[in-house]
Amino acid sequence: MSSSASSSGSVWGCPTDFRDSPAEAEFRSRLRAWITEHNPGLPVSSTDDEYWARQAEWHTALYDAGFFGLSWPSRFGGHDLPAVFDVILDEELAAAGAPPRPSLGYLVQGITTHASEAVQQRFLPGLISGRERWCQGFSEPDAGSDLASLRTTATRNGDAYVIQGHKIWTSYSDLADWCFLLARTEPDVPKHKGLSAFAVPMRQHGVEQYPLRMINGITREFGQVVFDGARVPAGNMIGKPGEGWRIAMTIVSHEREPGEVGYVARYMKTVKDLEATVRAKPGAFRSDQHEAVAWAYVQAEMLRLHVRRRLSERLDGLDHGPGGSIDKLLMTWVEQTVGAAALCVAGSHAVVDGDDVALKIYLYSRAQSVMGGTSQIQKNIIATRILGLPST
Amino acid sequence: MDTRDTPEQAELRRTARRLARELGPRTVADLDDRQRSERLVEAVRCAGWLELRQGTDDGDPLASGVEAAIIADALGDAVADVPFAGPLLAADLARRAGVRPVDGAVIAFSPDLIDAAVVSGPATDSPILAVDHAARGPVAACVLVPEGDGYHLALVETDGVRDGADLTRAIRTLPAGVPVVRVPDQSRRLTCDDLDAWAALGLALTSADLVGLMRGVLEVSVAYAQERKQYGVPIGNFQAVQHLLAEARCLIEGALSAALYPAWAVDRLAPDEARAAGRVAKAYCARAARTVCETAVQVHGGIGNTWDCIVHVYLRRALLSSRWFGDDGEQLRQLERIRLGVPYGLS
Repeated sequence: MSSSASSSGSVWGCPTDFRDSPAEAEFRSRLRAWITEHNPGLPVSSTDDEYWARQAEWHTALYDAGFFGLSWPSRFGGHDLPAVFDVILDEELAAAGAPPRPSLGYLVQGITTHASEAVQQRFLPGLISGRERWCQGFSEPDAGSDLASLRTTATRNGDAYVIQGHKIWTSYSDLADWCFLLARTEPDVPKHKGLSAFAVPMRQHGVEQYPLRMINGITREFGQVVFDGARVPAGNMIGKPGEGWRIAMTIVSHEREPGEVGYVARYMKTVKDLEATVRAKPGAFRSDQHEAVAWAYVQAEMLRLHVRRRLSERLDGLDHGPGGSIDKLLMTWVEQTVGAAALCVAGSHAVVDGDDVALKIYLYSRAQSVMGGTSQIQKNIIATRILGLPST
Repeated sequence: MDTRDTPEQAELRRTARRLARELGPRTVADLDDRQRSERLVEAVRCAGWLELRQGTDDGDPLASGVEAAIIADALGDAVADVPFAGPLLAADLARRAGVRPVDGAVIAFSPDLIDAAVVSGPATDSPILAVDHAARGPVAACVLVPEGDGYHLALVETDGVRDGADLTRAIRTLPAGVPVVRVPDQSRRLTCDDLDAWAALGLALTSADLVGLMRGVLEVSVAYAQERKQYGVPIGNFQAVQHLLAEARCLIEGALSAALYPAWAVDRLAPDEARAAGRVAKAYCARAARTVCETAVQVHGGIGNTWDCIVHVYLRRALLSSRWFGDDGEQLRQLERIRLGVPYGLS
């Protein structure tokens, strides 16, 4: 380090700082030591069902060691730390080639923002610790981008609601104990107003699982659930009756944030693996393969820095606004650039061997521009709510 | 870790944007308004922005790369026709060499615009380029003269004129045969580390300029989409147009995140790490700026392809800022060398 401008010498005051504070540095070194011992060596989450079979184990291990739920309230099992600690977690997991952190922060945000104290106390500890597994029941076969047109109903019957309907893209629903369900409770009001949210127990009669196989072959991620007379206690409503749409919007705005879902660790790990492959024998690869890997690195690095900026901004307070749509598109471009680079480096292997990991990473990446709201919908939101262009 | 602006930085950002927008060109015709451009040059000088990288008594710069990048961003945003990065980079290199900056001097670059020009003999032996200097009058440019295991600074002068692609910043070619005069009283030789750290600043400033000009040209394009009507409605009503503009908006956010890091790193990380951070930023910003400026031309339709529409002023400025210190292709080749062990020049 030959150059070091002291901030005291600056006429402009303390500069922006990308370095770890002493507390962050201590956390990072403790985390790094722990990962070295406890990396479960799971396959990349997007490529293998084994990952999902063992994700609960990884979640609880991270949690029990004190490395999960960092920015969430300590009374529910979190650590009350600034959100930037999640960047450190993502960076260290990626550096060690460990699995990414479980991505459920958006459910936590939905519950802490909208649910009663009793509901928060009942559900947040299990959600955060990983002892209770959750899925999200929003989309339906006929309600995709037009989510508010959903038709699943929740009908009051004594102290409970009875659920009737068909949900799709309920990721990992066959492993879930609970479903964060969006259902119509008032059929006679405008479509955005008649929705309510529930924590529905999944292990009961009247819940049938029909998982779909993704184009890359994995079977766990794309859940599909038919609710046929399943019951949910009225006390399990999240928020107020008719508040479902607002709650859903809070959740999807965070589901779109790379800082909330932690996918950047997955991209960085793939890039790191690609770099190692090429570095082992650069002459064995063509110039377009070199460039694809370098560009994937640039993209992943941009996203890592973007998450640092976004989570730093949270020090000013949390925002549920449309900015998540910008981040979602950036994240999508990164994932698809990295996926394309994996395919490019694999060359003919990805075509000759149907089980090739690069092939699976590439095919999985195509879903990123659909899940959590399609890229087209994100662009509509950016155009109308950020750029101020008219809604059509 | 906290990448937010300090209150002082936020204030500087507001002041710089206000000044640049007030005095920068709003139309292509404004570029010929000499009274306006001279007021802009004077305002930048009076604000002290050209001195940000001069040394304090202990040799540290007056302000960090972050403040310098904030100004570069604001000037790009307004396609401000005023020298900034040129003189600032000259002052930064002079500080590293332990000499007083030569008033009005910039650094001369190799013909590919990537590196500071190196001259071994008593005169330039091939054409080199002075970049981002005063629009009128003679120009002094610094070159590097190899000496032992480092470099000494020397000056060359020219009064030649040449217009580059960028209508807001000047480039002049210094021909072969121009005499080279060593800068007196240089207290230390410039090392490779010095040049890496200096290049990191160059990458940070050109990236910040690109971020700013992308924001500026998007604003112009969104305003145009709200005003231009076809089929009886503003073209901004159509999703095809909305989606182009929305993509541009995303690229700007990513570019800003990438560009902030080298601006900080130039004073805080080892020189090679800072330069590598600059390479990432530049690769991203150069590609993003090309897309965003081309989108702006497209959204403006036929008018966007006419000289009097301001969008090509942004596009042209983006071409220079992208190329200066190396464009995306150059940065990717260098990252392949550093990270993948691919010999430079192989691909």
